[in-house]
Amino acid sequence: MRSIQTGIRQILIALVCLLGAGSVSQAQTGEQIEAQSWSEILAAARGQEVYWNAWGGDERINAYITWVGQRVQADYGIKLNHVKLSDTADAVSRVLAEKAANRTSGGSIDLIWINGENFAAMKKNDLLFGPFSEDLPNFAGVDVEHKPSTRVDFTVPVEGLEAPWGMAKINFIYDSARVKTTPRSIPDFLEWAKANPGRFTYPTPPDFIGSTFLKQVLIELAADRDELQKPYVSDERFSEVTAPLWDYLDALHPHLWREGKLFPANGPAQRQLLDDGEVDIHISFYPSEASSLIATDLLPGTARVFVLEEGTIGNTHFVAIPFNTSAKEAAMVVANFLMSPEAQAEKQNEAVWGDDTVLAMSKLSGEDQQRFAELQRGVATLSPEELGPTLLEPHPAWMTKIEAEWQRRYSR
Amino acid sequence: MNVRGWRRPGILRFAPGLTMLLFLAPVGAGLIGTWLPAVGIFPALGGHEFSLAGWRELFAYPGLGSALRLTLVSGLLSTLLSLLLVIGFVASCSERRSFQALRRLIAPLLAVPHVAIAIGLAFLIAPSGWLVRIISPWPSGWEVPPDIATVQDPYGLALTLGLVVKEMPFLFLMTLAALHQSQADRRLAVARSLGYGPITAWIKTVLPAIYPQIRLPIYAVLAFSLSVVDMALILAPTTPPPLAVLVLRWFNDPDLSMRFVAAACASLQFGIVAVAIGGWRLMEIIISRLARSWLVDGRRGGSGSLLAPVFGLFTLAICGMGALSILGMVIWSFAKRWRYPDVLPSAVSFDSWMRQGSSILNAGLNTLSIGFAAAAIATVLVVACLENERRQRVSSNGRGIWLLYAPLLVPQIGFLFGTQVLSVHMNLDGTWGALVWTHLLFVLPYVFLSLSDSYRKLDERYVRSALCLGASPNRVFWRVKLPMLLRPVLYAMAIGFAVSVAQYLPTLFAGGGRYVTLTTEAVSLAAGANRRVAGVFALLQAILPMIAFGLAIGIPALLYRRRRGLRGIA
Repeated sequence: MRSIQTGIRQILIALVCLLGAGSVSQAQTGEQIEAQSWSEILAAARGQEVYWNAWGGDERINAYITWVGQRVQADYGIKLNHVKLSDTADAVSRVLAEKAANRTSGGSIDLIWINGENFAAMKKNDLLFGPFSEDLPNFAGVDVEHKPSTRVDFTVPVEGLEAPWGMAKINFIYDSARVKTTPRSIPDFLEWAKANPGRFTYPTPPDFIGSTFLKQVLIELAADRDELQKPYVSDERFSEVTAPLWDYLDALHPHLWREGKLFPANGPAQRQLLDDGEVDIHISFYPSEASSLIATDLLPGTARVFVLEEGTIGNTHFVAIPFNTSAKEAAMVVANFLMSPEAQAEKQNEAVWGDDTVLAMSKLSGEDQQRFAELQRGVATLSPEELGPTLLEPHPAWMTKIEAEWQRRYSR
Repeated sequence: MNVRGWRRPGILRFAPGLTMLLFLAPVGAGLIGTWLPAVGIFPALGGHEFSLAGWRELFAYPGLGSALRLTLVSGLLSTLLSLLLVIGFVASCSERRSFQALRRLIAPLLAVPHVAIAIGLAFLIAPSGWLVRIISPWPSGWEVPPDIATVQDPYGLALTLGLVVKEMPFLFLMTLAALHQSQADRRLAVARSLGYGPITAWIKTVLPAIYPQIRLPIYAVLAFSLSVVDMALILAPTTPPPLAVLVLRWFNDPDLSMRFVAAACASLQFGIVAVAIGGWRLMEIIISRLARSWLVDGRRGGSGSLLAPVFGLFTLAICGMGALSILGMVIWSFAKRWRYPDVLPSAVSFDSWMRQGSSILNAGLNTLSIGFAAAAIATVLVVACLENERRQRVSSNGRGIWLLYAPLLVPQIGFLFGTQVLSVHMNLDGTWGALVWTHLLFVLPYVFLSLSDSYRKLDERYVRSALCLGASPNRVFWRVKLPMLLRPVLYAMAIGFAVSVAQYLPTLFAGGGRYVTLTTEAVSLAAGANRRVAGVFALLQAILPMIAFGLAIGIPALLYRRRRGLRGIA
């Protein structure tokens, strides 16, 4: 009996301890302590230097990042350095090398512009600091209800490991001076390509725009779209579900630029082909990119945008902090600033970049809503209604295998 | 040989050891860091056991055959073409005026980094490019560009052309340097007076003497062409790309387990380079055996009046393409709108230059300081090694020399990852010092390549005379040898500087992206395919090395303006 009583007491003590611990950790995420620790974070961040690794292939985006650097220097005393990457995977590679060398602090990267596969890889290999993003003050303004991709990155739960920064959505740019009719669906694209041989192409997968075009085809031709939201259950099932995609591509390729034997290296390369008049359509990920490209003289003033009737794939891009950052506090402050109405409105300005906000207007103050209301929409930019529905990204497992299969079939 | 100080052990004795240590440590570590993952060992990714899975996956890759063929065709063909053009041109045209014209075109071409040439050449020869624009829409009738793959063609010919444009000048200069050291003029004069035709005389009497001196440069070109990444990204097809680009792609794959495949492919790339060099050496032996009887059969050969214009034309065409590539990028940097089929921009602006102001300054200063430091250290080390070799009477063709060339013979992407892990361990990564060190790996061999033969061929009798007059070896070095060798030394330094300016992957890996150079800016902007901004950086990238070459030629000319004999050396 005695031993049973002791046992029960022990279990009770354990339970109390557990609950107690739970209430303590709850208290820590409570508002009051939160506010206090945020001011501590701000204090610690002052004077720190942040090395932000971000794709540097677009001078407009680079100029925006320079502006962010000036603002965080003025407001928070943080020195921001833009490390211009030609491929985000370079940064993943670097963090991995540092982990291989057991450098668990003092790492060389403090912030990465990231999403999708790169995020999935870093999360899986424990290369990220966090969770932090949902504790940032400005996260409160994020439109998590209507923009679910701000919390689920390519179906992988974000779990606070990256802070949403901007919204992307597939759209197609064409030169209205040369092209009169544009496709309205994926099957329509095939007919259009047959009527206009050699005038369409897509970037070589695994370039993200090329891969996204494949996913667009897959989703539109799939019998059951929900199945794509989970990893495929077996190789047989993968073959069955993707069979329409390969049939479609086999039919499409002979009518593409260079008869589908060669594909442009990436999105910007295809943009150059459009401007050179080698193709008639460019695939873009930013709804206002066309207007922005006209404004910066990279496309003719007659460039316009079309989307597909059933909708196009959209996703969110983020910033994440590596596990071994040397400036944790300052990196969080920068991530928070990027989500501020001021920074988001500046980013959405087409004269600057034209990248859509992650914020919900309904959650903002009247003054902040005004910032967004004042933005002018460019000549080639579609309204949110015209942009049509947003399709969800499939699970990364599909994408990885589709890319490999594409290589096997068309790159030999 | 009891001259005072001749055998005295000095600080110089440590020069070869120090150089080797600076070199072999990172390269060796880099190689091990590449080969271990190739056999499945990479603890950070959970690879603890020997496994050939990476190799199996590599050989299962369906595009491997095409990638291999692309690599071999572009690598071998470009090396062979470059060499044939150089030999043909020098043999047939050295007495002609075009020879001098070409010499003046060469230095700028050598100085322009590969990426800049590649971007410019792609614009020049594309179906919507400059050449087609000149003849469109009239007389070609192409209202829209023709759908023909002239860039990124499946055979890798555009890449081959790009490599020839870049490598021919290098081999040409190496050949010129060798000519000066082999008393080619005198050989040629004797052969010509015996009635040999100009080309036959050159090939029979000069080529056998200079070939051993240009052998290592040829191997370096071969290895480089077989593993080039930056040019291939722009000029080679993508489905599939050449092997080296595949390695890069797999190393960068977000699926980290692809690193094992990448490492296996990098090892394969290493093997291909090794086999190619071995095969080339074998061909050298066979050709020299077969040619032996021809060399001495006494046939005089023709006047070469037919061949000379052909080689002259081809060589000039290649250089002309290089020059037009650069010119095209210069014009792009000032273009506002320049669409097909306009031959020149329809609108011009300085925006591309104005907007880049601050990054130009920052990147330019980094490029300058790193390049100068790497070139200076490399030159000091090379001169010290060569001087030590002279004083110690060590055989000059030892195996050690081959080790020095290791960084040029191993695919960069393969061993840089391993090197990066090492520098992170030593807490050196992302520092200016690590960057200079990594650049040194590539700068030093080129400095050695361009200086060693001039140094070794300096007539020993000058040194002996000075020693006999009572000068110490150090005094002889400073007062006799260095002044006589000033021009090749400065030239080697300029080459070192140009090599440093062009480095992309090493800068990225060792600098941790924290040091921005003109080249990293140019490549990251070329990723955005913005010809206007790429033009700005390509131009700047070319200007700095050109200034260095200008100084290397100008300084000795100025110092020795009253000493004709010294000007003639090397």
